[in-house]
Amino acid sequence: MLEIKNLHASVDGKAILRGIDLTVRPGEVHAIMGPNGSGKSTLAHVMTGREGYEVTEGTVLYRGRNILEMAPEDRAGEGIFLAFQYPVEIPGVTNTTFMKEALNAIRRYRGEEELDAMEFMKVIREKTKQLGISSDMLKRAVNVGFSGGEKKRNDILQMAILEPSLAILDETDSGLDIDALKTVADGVNLLRSPENATLIITHYQRLLDYIIPDFVHVLAHGRIVKSGDRTLAQELEKTGYAEFTGEAA
Amino acid sequence: MKQDIAITAPFATGYDRLRTALPGHAQPWMTALRDKAMEAFSAVGLPTQKRESWKYTNLRGLQKLALDEQSFVPRPISIDRAPGLLPAGSAYRMVFVNGLFRSELSDLSGLPEGVTLGSIADLAETRPESLQDLLSNQAADGDQPLVALNTALMSDGLLLRLEAGSKLGRVLEVIHVNSAESGVLAHNGRNLISLADGSEATILEHHIGLDDAPCFINLATDVTLGDGAVLRHYRIQAEGAKTLHTSTVNGQLAGNSFYDGFTLTIGAELSRSETNMKLTAEGARCHLNGGYLMRGQQHCDTTTVIEHLAPRTSCREVFKGVLDDRARGVFQGRIVVHPHAQQTDGHQLNRVLLLSDNAEINAKPELEIHADDVKCSHGCSAGEVDHDALFYLRSRGLSETAAKSLLIRAFLADSVSEMDQEDLQPVFLEKISDWLAA
Repeated sequence: MLEIKNLHASVDGKAILRGIDLTVRPGEVHAIMGPNGSGKSTLAHVMTGREGYEVTEGTVLYRGRNILEMAPEDRAGEGIFLAFQYPVEIPGVTNTTFMKEALNAIRRYRGEEELDAMEFMKVIREKTKQLGISSDMLKRAVNVGFSGGEKKRNDILQMAILEPSLAILDETDSGLDIDALKTVADGVNLLRSPENATLIITHYQRLLDYIIPDFVHVLAHGRIVKSGDRTLAQELEKTGYAEFTGEAA
Repeated sequence: MKQDIAITAPFATGYDRLRTALPGHAQPWMTALRDKAMEAFSAVGLPTQKRESWKYTNLRGLQKLALDEQSFVPRPISIDRAPGLLPAGSAYRMVFVNGLFRSELSDLSGLPEGVTLGSIADLAETRPESLQDLLSNQAADGDQPLVALNTALMSDGLLLRLEAGSKLGRVLEVIHVNSAESGVLAHNGRNLISLADGSEATILEHHIGLDDAPCFINLATDVTLGDGAVLRHYRIQAEGAKTLHTSTVNGQLAGNSFYDGFTLTIGAELSRSETNMKLTAEGARCHLNGGYLMRGQQHCDTTTVIEHLAPRTSCREVFKGVLDDRARGVFQGRIVVHPHAQQTDGHQLNRVLLLSDNAEINAKPELEIHADDVKCSHGCSAGEVDHDALFYLRSRGLSETAAKSLLIRAFLADSVSEMDQEDLQPVFLEKISDWLAA
């Protein structure tokens, strides 16, 4: 499903990703862990097409298509979703308006029929019920005045509505308390299926107690230096990243 | 300040030609008023950039329009119906075509008690005394040359007078349609609005240019609000692409009166919307809000002067501009708090989105405060559409165009939400959506 081959990327001329190789198959949950500055967020941003990053080598194939040439909205159409580390506040735009436009844009991309207001409200009712959250959030402006936990919960609701096939969670757990963490994890687990995949980017292993990964990779100095299963995460919890940060650039 | 003769000539000769045919020509007081106004205008001519308040806007484009005496001759055109913004029958309606009132296209039936509403041209012939006090108040001075010009040449406009305690009830929709098949069209429209103590009215003005004909439209509006009177004055300026549109609103607000103004500026090659409000007694409130959407090489100038002349008066200004291509926006907001105007509460905000590298905004907030117990804030900012917000929306599937539109609409909706009469807000939001879709 996702094949990253020898990906190199720089920011402002400085090399951050120095040859990433990663394969993700449907149904899998991968965790990418690593010390600060290792390039974890850069990987997420390069994959979703944020400006300011220059890919100098390598490819990212998603379902056989090189997404590096595609605009961010087209990658969303292909089924990629990024849960931001710092979700953006958008005053004046309600969540409902935003989600309806997003869902219809993605449906248009896939050649599906757009939903009208009533059909969309049905989707909302279904998803909020499924996640066990209230729909009050939807009437408010996107992320405005939301607590950290509410912003992440909003992302989970978006995931439920847009039904991505690859969800990238970029340091989703940063700054969250245990309850908020569990809400996020419950949501992600609920949406897991054999058809979709999840890429969790995290510094701490906490979240991985709730979202059990199939594979854990350590990213250091722009490369994946070690891969293993969930026990690797538990090891890192004990030993930290010291072993990897000593590596030559 | 002496002006080039060239820029007074077409007006002076136009006036000479039309003088005996203008509305009210049979009334000596009216002819005297007009003569005096033309004298005052001719002494100074059109405002030049040497005047502080015209620093960023020049009227040289008027010369290119090549106005001649023909331009001022009334030019009625045939029109079947005027495009209305409100459902037929739900509002009073006055339609002006090329500056002249068209009763067959209008609907003033069922006006409540205490309301006088009509065309100035009609009233100048049938009931000139109904205009006399409001027009004679005017100081024809060189301080406002465009108003002096308007007084001299005014061809038509509306008179709305409410007696104490009366309410207009339904909204008054005023539709101005301008179109010139040949030559340049010029007209001066004058509105006289006088609301006595405790009376209330809402006016929705829509200025539409039907074509790209060169036009010079010079409007002047006089607003007088008695104690506790309320006027909601909303305007959409959508003049044609080769129009020069200047509008001056002079208002006097008595104690506890409230003027709620909102102007959406979308059209014209060059426009100047000037509002001068005097808050003369305690409790007077004035809201001057608006949005301006400019593209191509359009230029729009919003200039406001609010004078706090009594204690416990308040004003609020929220203007949002969106400038694309090589458009130019000008915002000049002057708030003057006189020495006795203690506990004035003033707030001014002008924010602009620049959608291209060549768009430009000149903003000049001016706070002149002579009292010491006053709350006055002002803010001015200009910038691009937020990149983070843009990426966030695109990462969820919205195209760059759709994402920008959503953000711009949200940006402008903020100022529209300032309008006191909420059920008219959708009209303005729709016009904004139309502009974005074009």
